[in-house]
Amino acid sequence: MAWNAPVPFASWVMLSGVLFSIGAVGFLIRKDPIIMFMCIELMLNAGNLLFIAAARYLGIMAGQVFVFFVMAVAAAEVAVGLAIIVAIFRTKSTIDVDEMSGMRG
Amino acid sequence: MTLLPFIALSVVAIAFALLLVLNRNAVHGALCLVVNFAAVAVFFLMLGAEFIAVVQVAVYAGAIMVLFLFVLMLLNIQGQEGGLEQKPRSQILIAAVLGILLLAEIGVLAPLAAGLGGAQAAAVPADFGSPRLVGLTLFRDHLLAFEIAAFILLAAMMGAVVLAKRRLA
Amino acid sequence: MSDTLFTWIASLVKAVLVFAVLMSLVPLLIWLERKVVAWMQQRIGPNRCGPFGLLQPMADAVKLIIKENIIPAGVDRVTYYLAPILSIVPALAAFAVVPFGEPVTIFGRTVALQVADVNIGILYILALSSLAVYGVTLAGWSSNNKYSLLGALRSSAQMISYEIPIGLAVVSVVLMAGSLSLKAVVDLQRDSGYWLVFPQLISFIIFLIASNAELNRPPFDMAEAESELVAGFHTEYSGFRFAMFFMGEYVNLVTVSALATVMFLGGWHAPFGLPEIPIVWFLVKIFAFIIFYMWIRATLPRIRYDLLMAFGWKVLIPVGFLNLAMTAVVVTLAADRAMPLLTAVNVTLAVVVGAIIKIAGRRVERRAPRLAPVPEAGG
Repeated sequence: MAWNAPVPFASWVMLSGVLFSIGAVGFLIRKDPIIMFMCIELMLNAGNLLFIAAARYLGIMAGQVFVFFVMAVAAAEVAVGLAIIVAIFRTKSTIDVDEMSGMRG
Repeated sequence: MTLLPFIALSVVAIAFALLLVLNRNAVHGALCLVVNFAAVAVFFLMLGAEFIAVVQVAVYAGAIMVLFLFVLMLLNIQGQEGGLEQKPRSQILIAAVLGILLLAEIGVLAPLAAGLGGAQAAAVPADFGSPRLVGLTLFRDHLLAFEIAAFILLAAMMGAVVLAKRRLA
Repeated sequence: MSDTLFTWIASLVKAVLVFAVLMSLVPLLIWLERKVVAWMQQRIGPNRCGPFGLLQPMADAVKLIIKENIIPAGVDRVTYYLAPILSIVPALAAFAVVPFGEPVTIFGRTVALQVADVNIGILYILALSSLAVYGVTLAGWSSNNKYSLLGALRSSAQMISYEIPIGLAVVSVVLMAGSLSLKAVVDLQRDSGYWLVFPQLISFIIFLIASNAELNRPPFDMAEAESELVAGFHTEYSGFRFAMFFMGEYVNLVTVSALATVMFLGGWHAPFGLPEIPIVWFLVKIFAFIIFYMWIRATLPRIRYDLLMAFGWKVLIPVGFLNLAMTAVVVTLAADRAMPLLTAVNVTLAVVVGAIIKIAGRRVERRAPRLAPVPEAGG
């Protein structure tokens, strides 16, 4: 395989998939909600990468515009999510996710 | 867009993503994620999405991650979490199994997807991914979605303000 | 020599030259700042080393380099080392897209006087300026010092907030030029005969105020605030690492001044039909801005942190949005007369608002009780 061969589309799918899986596993194994949150961002980014790659390989701009929307939603989500974490820290003075069981009844 | 830079950058992106997950220190984790985002921005450049690449740096690395760092410092909980072993071992095991399943699924699907999108990049005009073309697509074909996104941001802003506000007695 | 090779070499030479000039400007600026502020405060300023004290920054630099690097206990090593570098790299990298002259012809080939003429230059600068916050934030966090952490917290909130008015001001300029390339902005000002400072006076004022906050300079130096936070984020830094923060600060100052020159003052073109001299006019304008920033520093006291944030969010951002909307409407409806129209509106608004502030200020002054006279220093 030549080093200067063009990158096939499947490689982008793989790369995006690997990044997504790392994010998903990280979300499951970490306890710190801020790190879990960052893992969500990682997953979103993996999705973005696939969108951009598809846009390039199909030659349509819609993929790039979609990524633009994902970024807008991610920004909104982070603002609200971090505000929730700060609010929880204020009332419970811990942000351990396993402690957040107030809804269990 | 050739194989050598792709693989080199992929290694960087994946390594820093792993470091985020395995790192004990949340601030270091955030920095690893910033490097990962930067690598993804370079991927975007390689894929002809120059506008999105710059927005990626400005929004993700410049705003979102700074917000994360800000909250981390505000709560100043460094070293509170003991890393991986705090979660029950069974949960980590299940997570690993699920992760491997997910990877395998993608490994199976990737070749199929390749057939879908064509193995090679389509021929695109020179200004593909330029701010002008992104703007035209955004405001001509996706205007409603754009307005909805604006409302989502507004709602999020108000939500964040309400949540973070201290109760007034 | 092939074309690609020539382009590569030209880019490399330009990059090295810009780097060298920026780096050698730093000691000069430190000297200038100390002198200018001293004169404004009726002091003499540095005058021991060399003529007019010109060698003082050299002496300081040598001192800082040979000083012991003290690393306090409990610092977070990686980020502690990384922070000074992160504070200087974005400033240097941002200069890459700033054009400083008409293209020149060397060996029969045209070379743009700009390290890289990317067509998204302005976005690139905005992205890099949003990365500048990492240096300060990480320095404060990694130092394991309460004062540093407070400085870092303040500055990260401040810098995120003040990026927005800068973005709004810049986008108004982009609307006028119809391009994200800084070269196009300069060309617009040459062709139309208007410096954008007049049709975009509001943007210009917003840019000046907000960039002062982005630079962390007085009166917005919340991150270091000597009288409150010891030295803020760089309390625990010494020796060469401390010097790097200084270098970053001054390179940032040059970059912001260059940006203001390119966007609002016609770039490298001569004012009032004076003869064009390559690069000289550009430097003159940059230094005018730099001295203006020093003047502000010597004049205004530091403002309170909550007032700073309130000013950014409640004044600068709404005004920036209104100005952006006005610019958009005028550019869309009357593209060919946009320049004179906006100039008239902006200058009128500036005069009216200035008068209102002046009158209101006088009224407040009359109503407020006078400050008690300073008691005679006794003993």
